[in-house]
Amino acid sequence: MGRSTTTTTTKDAQALFHSLRTAYVATPTNLKIIDLYIVFAIVTALIQGVYMALVGSFPFNSFLSGVLSCVGTAVLAVCLRIQVNKENKEFKDLPPERAFADFVLCNLVLHLVIMNFLG
Amino acid sequence: MAPPETPQPTTLRHAFGNVLSVFVLLLIGVFAFSIRLFSVIKYESVIHEFDPYFNYRVTQYLTKSGVYDFWNWFDDRTWYPLGRVIGGTVYPGLTLTAGTLWRILNSLNIPLSVETVCVFTAPIFSAFASWATYLLTKEVKGAGAGLTAAALLAMVPSYISRSVAGSYDNEAVAIFALILTFYLYIKTLNTGSLFYATLNAMAYFYMVCSWGGYTFIINLIPMHVLLCIVTGRYSPRLYIAYAPLVVLGTLLAALVPVVGFNAVMTSEHFASFLVFIIIHVVALVYYIKGILTPQMFKVAVTLVVSVGLIVCGAVLAVLIALVASSPTKGWSGRSLSLLDPTYASKYIPIIASVSEHQPPTWPSYFMDINVLAFLVPAGIIACFLPLSDASSFAVLYIVTSVYFSGVMVRLMLVLAPAACIMSGIALSEAFDVFTRSIKFQLLGSTENLQVNNAGESTNVAQNDVVKTEKNEDSQKERSSRKSKKKEKESTERVPLVSRIEQKLLVLPLETSLIAVFLLVLLGAFYVVHCVWAAAEAYSAPSIVLTSRSHDGLHVFDDFREAYSWLSHNTEVDDKVASWWDYGYQTTAMANRTVIVDNNTWNNTHIATVGTAMSSPEKAAWDIFNSLDVKYVLVVFGGLVGYPSDDINKFLWMVRIGGGVFPHIKEPDYLRDGQYRIDSQATPTMLNCLMYKLSYYRFVETDGKGFDRVRHTEIGKKYFKLTHFEEVFTTHHWMVRIYKLKSPRNRIRGKTKKSKSKASSTTSSKRSGTRKKNPWH
Repeated sequence: MGRSTTTTTTKDAQALFHSLRTAYVATPTNLKIIDLYIVFAIVTALIQGVYMALVGSFPFNSFLSGVLSCVGTAVLAVCLRIQVNKENKEFKDLPPERAFADFVLCNLVLHLVIMNFLG
Repeated sequence: MAPPETPQPTTLRHAFGNVLSVFVLLLIGVFAFSIRLFSVIKYESVIHEFDPYFNYRVTQYLTKSGVYDFWNWFDDRTWYPLGRVIGGTVYPGLTLTAGTLWRILNSLNIPLSVETVCVFTAPIFSAFASWATYLLTKEVKGAGAGLTAAALLAMVPSYISRSVAGSYDNEAVAIFALILTFYLYIKTLNTGSLFYATLNAMAYFYMVCSWGGYTFIINLIPMHVLLCIVTGRYSPRLYIAYAPLVVLGTLLAALVPVVGFNAVMTSEHFASFLVFIIIHVVALVYYIKGILTPQMFKVAVTLVVSVGLIVCGAVLAVLIALVASSPTKGWSGRSLSLLDPTYASKYIPIIASVSEHQPPTWPSYFMDINVLAFLVPAGIIACFLPLSDASSFAVLYIVTSVYFSGVMVRLMLVLAPAACIMSGIALSEAFDVFTRSIKFQLLGSTENLQVNNAGESTNVAQNDVVKTEKNEDSQKERSSRKSKKKEKESTERVPLVSRIEQKLLVLPLETSLIAVFLLVLLGAFYVVHCVWAAAEAYSAPSIVLTSRSHDGLHVFDDFREAYSWLSHNTEVDDKVASWWDYGYQTTAMANRTVIVDNNTWNNTHIATVGTAMSSPEKAAWDIFNSLDVKYVLVVFGGLVGYPSDDINKFLWMVRIGGGVFPHIKEPDYLRDGQYRIDSQATPTMLNCLMYKLSYYRFVETDGKGFDRVRHTEIGKKYFKLTHFEEVFTTHHWMVRIYKLKSPRNRIRGKTKKSKSKASSTTSSKRSGTRKKNPWH
């Protein structure tokens, strides 16, 4: 009984991954680039988190700015992705150029603030 | 009536409506500014009360020494001998705003003094606040409601009480920042634009700079996000409105020195992080749901839920352990007293002692928001028809602020904008319904009787009638625009059937006429009350007092008299002790060092002063002498009947002093649980320093020593001071200044014995001093 459920779950998981992959392959390239960027930012944040756990968060301002800059970048990129995604009907009348300009502005503000915490 | 002609009038009417609303907004701004000038007209252009004096002093320093010196300012004139780092412990928004304003004006060759700029900062920002209210309400329920809400906010008494000219306090700019932040949040939520999200973070930054009440924002917005998620209203716009705000807002908040790393370390902010995680999970779920088939999604859910629950549980456990490990559960005392209204009175007498931290009474609701209290429920109902993201935010805002205003009087200020928005919506919707039915009814009757052309001419006349009916109510243009649309429909000869259908939605003519009349009357009552409150109740600067009696107007300018005496007759480095209420004023007006002030950051230090005030003369002299104090200042209202004097605050001094120094016991000062100063009072009370300094020589004024505040004759009338010397008493005896006598060179007899004797038996001490004291 237990064995059969585990086999069904693994089968389900395999089917799930398969369908996820096929669904994801269909997404446009520019969205994939954004996804890569997001993943990179999250991984950087995670590395810093691990480093903090190992070494400690002593220069707290550096830790804070490092992690929040990564998280902020990721969040803003997600926002950009939401806005330029053509499947989102809500943002049809928002041109991608405008979305990108907003993204750049928001990043500018974010990193101007981050710079204050360096050192 | 030709079809191609119709679009032109609509655009024209639209443009006219826009111009009209801009004009109305301008008038509202002017009105908001001018209703707050009563204090200048009735008294003079002067800074009010206590905290504004500190802000004024900081602004002076800022304009004199520049921003960098301001950040590094260590103030050695307060909290002697500790001092206070001003730059790191003050919310800099207000001072920076006024300082910038002053700099701009000076660079334009408008030579205003710093004081003038400070006095008029609050009225200027209340005009801004009413415009921000317009924008916010417009996002929630349209321009008509926005104009009404702006007009209501411009004169709501609760806000006037904190923003009259001269009331130069944090709340003056903070309410504007609060409403602006909410507006930009709603705007981002409605448009989904990252640009507005950036602006929202900036507005939040300004709010954090200005007032500690920013924690209200950073808890209310997550609550709203959570509400949206739970009720299934999640949308990508919600993500764009919230996630950047948390990241940017937290970083910006940490930039403000007084907040610093508290922005990520204290529990006030944890709710936002929790919701930040939740919204990411939800966003991911919605994304996956979007790209998968429903069947596969179900499979994914069963897989993820089991794993996700375990992870969530682990994270939650860690968080709870972290929070629980700190003694106050990571909350500051003020926030805790908000969540648990009895907390402050149990543990922190210094918070409970401030009158604006007390829970409000019912009349104060009527005084402060007046008829809005009755309109708010209608507004809440209107928000549910139909419920949008924005209107659910408005409902959440009013509900939470009602609770907070019930805990502390001063948070009535947060309730006021919410009440104005709700009432604006209610009034606007009501007028909308009534005027529409009036139009429809009148139109229906005229059309039945007259031919088409004549009907149109009467329409114009009716327009005028409706306009004059509500010409003081600003949302007219929206409702009339709507009703005009209706008009057009019916003049274009709609089929009879549909007209009957519409008729079911309208009210009878007489009813709606009467209802409109009553609503206008209600508005008129509100205006009258607000102007009265602004003119009579909230304009007193509290450093200059007036009283009206049968023989004319009396002006009591004793405080400034005393402070200027201090600044002219004492050394620059002399230390002046008083109860903390008068600390800010003493440093700002007399420029003398004080022991404690209104900042109340060090409870022990305040308790020391409280203990001194409630000790007998000798012990008090020892305490004051150890603090280098030269002068002691007490405020006494017994002669003129000024109720908030030191004798009335005295029990708090005892309580706060006794909280740290247990030999001061509150029951010693009470006779059978009653606080009294007449002949029934306890000997401890009659011999404490506060009593003596207040009532010294008081009997000489009328021969009986009748206290006009307590309405009794004082208990102990004839006594002398051994260790203190009266140096100045103002014209109405409201401020009395005493100097500490320097210790005698030689004490006759056995030093130790006489000392203990003097402190134990007061009668012998008095008789002893009469003989021995070389000053008398």
